[in-house]
Amino acid sequence: MNKQIAFALLFGLFALPASAKLQVFACEPEWGSLLQELAADKVDVSVGTTALQDVHQIDAKPSLIAKVRKADLVVCTGAELEVGWLPQLIQQAGNQKVASGAGYFLAASQVQLLDKPTQLDRAAGDVHPEGNPHIQLDPYRVLKVADALSARLQLLDAANTALYLQRLADFTARWQAATKRWEGKAAALKGKKVVVHHVSWVYLNKWLGLEQIGALEPKPGVPPTSGYLSSLIGTTKSEGTYAIISAAYQDQKPAQWLSERTGVPVVVLPYTVGGDAQSADLFGFFDSTIDKLLGAAK
Amino acid sequence: MKKSLLTLGILATLGSPAFAATPSEDPHIADLEARIKVLEANAEAMRQQADAALAALQATKAEVEELKQGRNAGANEAAAPEPAAAPTGANGNAFNPAMSVILDGQYSHHSLNPDDYVRSGFPLAGDAGPGVQGLSLGESEISLSASIDEKFSGQLTISANSENGQDTFGVEEAFVDATALPAGFTLRAGRFFSDIGYLNSHHAHTDKFSDRPLAYQAFLGGQYGDDGVQVRWVAPTDLYMELGGEVFSGDRYPSGGGGHDGVGVTTLFAHAGGDIGVETSWLAGVSMLRSRTEGAEDGFTGDERLYVADVTWKWAPQGNTKDGGFLVRSEYFVEDRDGQYMDPGNQLPDQAWAGMRRGVYVEGIYRINRTWETGYRYDQLWADDRGPFSSNYDPYRHSLMLTWRNSEFSLVRLQLSKDYPNPADVDTAVTLQIQTALGAHGAHKF
Repeated sequence: MNKQIAFALLFGLFALPASAKLQVFACEPEWGSLLQELAADKVDVSVGTTALQDVHQIDAKPSLIAKVRKADLVVCTGAELEVGWLPQLIQQAGNQKVASGAGYFLAASQVQLLDKPTQLDRAAGDVHPEGNPHIQLDPYRVLKVADALSARLQLLDAANTALYLQRLADFTARWQAATKRWEGKAAALKGKKVVVHHVSWVYLNKWLGLEQIGALEPKPGVPPTSGYLSSLIGTTKSEGTYAIISAAYQDQKPAQWLSERTGVPVVVLPYTVGGDAQSADLFGFFDSTIDKLLGAAK
Repeated sequence: MKKSLLTLGILATLGSPAFAATPSEDPHIADLEARIKVLEANAEAMRQQADAALAALQATKAEVEELKQGRNAGANEAAAPEPAAAPTGANGNAFNPAMSVILDGQYSHHSLNPDDYVRSGFPLAGDAGPGVQGLSLGESEISLSASIDEKFSGQLTISANSENGQDTFGVEEAFVDATALPAGFTLRAGRFFSDIGYLNSHHAHTDKFSDRPLAYQAFLGGQYGDDGVQVRWVAPTDLYMELGGEVFSGDRYPSGGGGHDGVGVTTLFAHAGGDIGVETSWLAGVSMLRSRTEGAEDGFTGDERLYVADVTWKWAPQGNTKDGGFLVRSEYFVEDRDGQYMDPGNQLPDQAWAGMRRGVYVEGIYRINRTWETGYRYDQLWADDRGPFSSNYDPYRHSLMLTWRNSEFSLVRLQLSKDYPNPADVDTAVTLQIQTALGAHGAHKF
């Protein structure tokens, strides 16, 4: 009898953490928001960065190590976007659950990437060998990631499978309807020429049919210089450029500088969830992106 | 059919007078209960399948719609995951470790001849000292690292040094990490830099200045690395907390002689850290190193305890530390020795060496933008007023630096320093340093 009680107590001790909510660490706000859509209150999500931070350049801060230490699942973009900090967080945290396998989810591994360089040379700037990682700006890729992420949640937290399936179906339906709406609104943007700050917009450009004719960074990850910016004035003017696109986290001075000399308006896009007041979630983020792009015509 | 069976089962259970009995006491009821569970599971699974089918149906409908409209070339491409690139394993190189090469070159001009440099109260040991006059190869190294299998990862760092025209290559680090330990534990074995203090576990190429603080030079010979084992534990708390301990052979300064069967040094360290809002982060720690030393480079034999307190504070607009903001860091050292001085040159008689020496550095860095960074560092050492190196004079130094970073992988640094190592001398030094990182993109510690 005593043995049974002891066993029950022991079992209770081990069962307790397992019955607690799934702890998820998301590197970027877009995946934090997607997790909210797919899991609602069944998981505890902590997001490592904000829309006003450059996720290429994050410190492996103690607070982030603590978050990774407590996580059952890490959800990040991958494709070497976080190469300067995520490996360090995982190494420091000593949490084998998320070091590899089911607890380690990379969004970029779920979809096909654009701009995969044919030649790897750092003389070409901060190139990502696996391709451009900024996939959150294509709703079709986001949906693909949602499918895979939901499957991962079901695997790690089988008890809530029914809820995850239901949430995925619900999100899919709303997302597809919204995508149609965005595409309808953005039809006027097709074929418009844009100058971008960093090459973060390839997926958005491809989706909406925007044409990138220049970048403020001479090479990816290399800060704009006045000499290089001057060389952009001619092209920006002569090509009938529609807008100069910059992300909320970026320094707006170079874009403003070029705008003043060419008359082409600067459009500061949220880039991810939280990048402006309207971008409270993934839907608001896309609404705001389309509205702001359309606003450049006025 | 299944539903009526289920109802029947429930009725039977409820109707049974033995309902209150535990399942194990009545095999018939236990059997029925088991069957109800199976049926319930079946019903749940069917519901899930229906949901999934509905989702799939919606997805297919949407896809058909998309195709009809002939829009969105990107959609199809996104939906079809790229077939995994063919592994380039045919030549056997596919599993090559990540390799990075640090190249460091320096030009220094010292107003005081480095050969005449004497630091009151602190004999130069390890890599301590003012550095080289003129052109020199700095801390250059090759580092290889990779996962070994699902339970271990390893790293090897070979460093190149040049002294008096002789090139030497040394194994700076060679260790294996156990990565699959449960509950936040990590284990490291091999040759590695101790985790005491802040700078000690950091490679010199991540330092903000071109040389180590005086306290590191005086108490750790620049940086303490040795052959040993480390256990670390990170607490599962919102506040970052790390506890750890190490055992080392004790061959290197501040130890020596691989005392007591090659287990001469033990350490304990604790670090805590966190954020204050989005823009401020901090890290602080206390550490202790205990050494049973036999014939250290500075002639000491006996027991030593070294205590280190470190604190780092960073602030940056929106937390973008690479684009601006401030960093303040300080470490304070207390060294307690109890033993003998035995002159390595066998010229002076043995004498007692018991006492306390202390040191501190404070550095403040201002990151102007992605490209430029400037900073100031103050060093102070307090000598012992007893023992073989007793001194009433306490050495100190001012350093000022300006760094230009072309990218994450290259920097040029100009450093000016005014060093007051003894009552008679002042060493004014100018250092121009160029440092580059080739190969794998490193992930640096906070």
